[in-house]
Amino acid sequence: MRPDPRSSNILLPHRAVLNARHMPSYAYGSRSPIWWGTVGFAVAEGMGFALAVGMYFYLVFVNGNWPLSSPPPDLLWSSLFTLVLLVSIWPNQRAKRDGEHEDLVRTRRNLVIMSLIGIALLVIRVFEFGTLHVRWDQNAYGSVVWLLLGLHTLHLLTDLGDTIVLAVLMFTRHGHGKRFSDVSDNAFYWYFVIATWPPLYIILYWFPRWW
Amino acid sequence: MTRAITSHDLDAVPEITRLVTGERGGLPGVESEADSPPSPDELRDDQVDGPELTARLARTWGTEKGIIGALSTVDHKVIGRRFIATAIIFLFLGGLSAVVMRMQLALPENSLIGPDLYNQLFTMHGTTMMFLFGVPIGEAFAVYLVPLMVGTRNIAFPRLNAFSYYVYLFGGLMIWIAFMLNIGPDVGWFAYVPLSGPEFSPGKRADFWAQMITFTEVSGIAVAVSIITTVFKLRAPGMTLDRIPLFVWAELVNAFAIIFALPAVVTASATLMMDRLVGTHFYNPAEGGDALLFQHLFWFFGHPEVYIIFLPATGWVSAIVVTFSRRQAFGYIALVLSLIAVGFLSFGLWVHHMFTTGLPQLGASFFTASSMLIAIPNGIQIFCWIATLWDGRPVIRTPLLFIFGFFFIFVAGGLSGIMLASVPLDTQVHDTFFVVAHFHYVLIGGNVFPLMAAVYYWFPKFTGRMMSERLGRWHFGLAFIGFNATFFPMHITGLMGMPRRVYTYLPEMGWGTLNLVTSIGAALFFASFVLFLYNIVASARRGPLAGPNPWDAGTLEWAAASPPMPQNFDRIPVVTNREPLWANRSSLPVVAGLSVENREQIVPTITHGRADLRETSPEPSIWPFMAAIAATILFVGSMFTPWALVWGSVPLAVTLIGWFWPKPSTEDEK
Repeated sequence: MRPDPRSSNILLPHRAVLNARHMPSYAYGSRSPIWWGTVGFAVAEGMGFALAVGMYFYLVFVNGNWPLSSPPPDLLWSSLFTLVLLVSIWPNQRAKRDGEHEDLVRTRRNLVIMSLIGIALLVIRVFEFGTLHVRWDQNAYGSVVWLLLGLHTLHLLTDLGDTIVLAVLMFTRHGHGKRFSDVSDNAFYWYFVIATWPPLYIILYWFPRWW
Repeated sequence: MTRAITSHDLDAVPEITRLVTGERGGLPGVESEADSPPSPDELRDDQVDGPELTARLARTWGTEKGIIGALSTVDHKVIGRRFIATAIIFLFLGGLSAVVMRMQLALPENSLIGPDLYNQLFTMHGTTMMFLFGVPIGEAFAVYLVPLMVGTRNIAFPRLNAFSYYVYLFGGLMIWIAFMLNIGPDVGWFAYVPLSGPEFSPGKRADFWAQMITFTEVSGIAVAVSIITTVFKLRAPGMTLDRIPLFVWAELVNAFAIIFALPAVVTASATLMMDRLVGTHFYNPAEGGDALLFQHLFWFFGHPEVYIIFLPATGWVSAIVVTFSRRQAFGYIALVLSLIAVGFLSFGLWVHHMFTTGLPQLGASFFTASSMLIAIPNGIQIFCWIATLWDGRPVIRTPLLFIFGFFFIFVAGGLSGIMLASVPLDTQVHDTFFVVAHFHYVLIGGNVFPLMAAVYYWFPKFTGRMMSERLGRWHFGLAFIGFNATFFPMHITGLMGMPRRVYTYLPEMGWGTLNLVTSIGAALFFASFVLFLYNIVASARRGPLAGPNPWDAGTLEWAAASPPMPQNFDRIPVVTNREPLWANRSSLPVVAGLSVENREQIVPTITHGRADLRETSPEPSIWPFMAAIAATILFVGSMFTPWALVWGSVPLAVTLIGWFWPKPSTEDEK
């Protein structure tokens, strides 16, 4: 061992080999720590979706007949929801791009549009719940259907809340600089909400018709 | 002829292009605010030096005095210290509940405590040890040490980190207050249905268990995300993937395991609560539900959880073995790959907890094979550590003694684990004390002994003072003897047929002597913890001053003061070696040019660790604490009425908005 370093309480002297003075103060996408945080939560929540879907098919497997004693849920509102959700890819992509171009006027417009789309989707979702033809406390099929739809609604709600707060923020004096990176990450999370839906739509609305 | 590369060349600071990206922040062709030059009025660390720099940075990164300041802090060291202390207090509470159980079981037909309290005690013991100690302790050490070890100033998402701590604290308090009020859960730490369902557990006891899961798992996942992002995006320049300290690798793999495993137990406990409160039928066979589904969900989390408890411990072992062997880790790559392999394989074993539930034979064989398979990467790790010690010049101090204890106990537990992986043997001893003996050898050997080593090892960093070596040796001796006296006889009582979770037994069974030995052992083991506590308290007050690097270790946390200043490092180090402090004995290569007045950190690229951005880190805020209170109101309220999810979300939303809304004082608002 070297001489006992305890004899001195002094830290090692520094030798500067780099200067960070002119490095950028934020960036977009995977260069930014926030993006990784968003991915991390999306993975954990995606795991939650996967497990709930696993529960669904486990119950299909142990029961054999499906959807137990209920008629399959209606297609009208759910298909409309799917359509609006898929269409929202376009304004969402614009929100992401204009945010990355740090275009304040367009970003404000895009965030308002995305908030309105979120509210519209929420309204459709209420009707969707009304045409499931099963209650959560009727049988295990009803329970798991409400679980899956509820889980997706929860994500819809949180992203909508996030989008509205960000929209308001961009109309204040805080709407510049790093906030544009937040706009980009918010759009990224919306893609997660979109991506989780088509499998659920097929499982909830089409699978019981095919089984 | 080319010249052979010497170790000196490897430690030299590489050319600038390998350390920075030199890229703009904005997209090509975009005039981005990210690339605007820094304000000339702002003081930077290439303009000041020495004690003035230290003092100014300490002011910028410090925690304010007073209760509001203490609850607003986002310093990973302050939160990490609270996390560690809280987890160790829960370890003591869990231990105390075990001591009471051992007093009851010391004699046959003992009447110290009745069956109802006994049921609550073993549930509280398991729940506390697994959810309030086992999982959080690994993350707690990561919260404190990972930012220091990767050479940065704060954890990624420091407010989320503070929020996670308070949520964890409130969840733990909730279940222990419930227990004090005689409404503690009494359905075992895995709360199987139908016992925990609405029919057989009316009242609120099982709900407290299920909701405690929500608290701890929200906290666990959030910390895991912060740790992953810290390791990926806040490493010191030059810290390439193969220079990440093994402890950090272990915590990284652990964080991934947490992200994939914890959602399963949240799903299990949330659906259990729905069955109990709003009349769903997930686990009710009469309405198309299935009781075994709960076991699948629980163990899909539960088995990785064993490794979530063990993986951080491998990190402690690696750090300590390397330092006290006086050489770099033998088989660094093999160790990292073993960690990753364990992380993956841990998700393929869960059904071996369910061998007696009547599975298809093919399923049983598959899970037997995978259970044996995981012994391979674990074995590789053990051999690498032994090789490191063998080839080094080991310095035997208390931390290393506990590591030796870990080798012995963990390997013994692993051997009984291989026995249990075999279905016929498992069927025979299922739910007996043999299983209790096995998992205590694995968990105490695999986590608590390394934890003791870690506390002795990093205590000087946490407090600036050394723990008593003499008391440490007594502690180790008492703990090792006490542990084995407690748990070794359980193998035999289990083979003799004594089931677990019984509050008493008849004298004719012939289990009396062994149980008495076990109980005496438990008293010894408990005494070792009392000694440990005394050593902590006494050393924190009067221990000899440690200095920055008392063990002459090589990783970056030892380049900071003991205890570290709020800014950790006056300048961010540049890493040229796996053990940076062994490679740079006379001076530390650093990055200059960061702000002294604002909280700036370096953000690198993930694999090559090239410096890319200088990003600001969030300021202290009271809102994470308020949000944790709002979340607690929501969670506790929803145990009584589902409408709490509606009205409880209002204060939560308000606090979250307060949290995310920029403060006028931060740099980018000036």
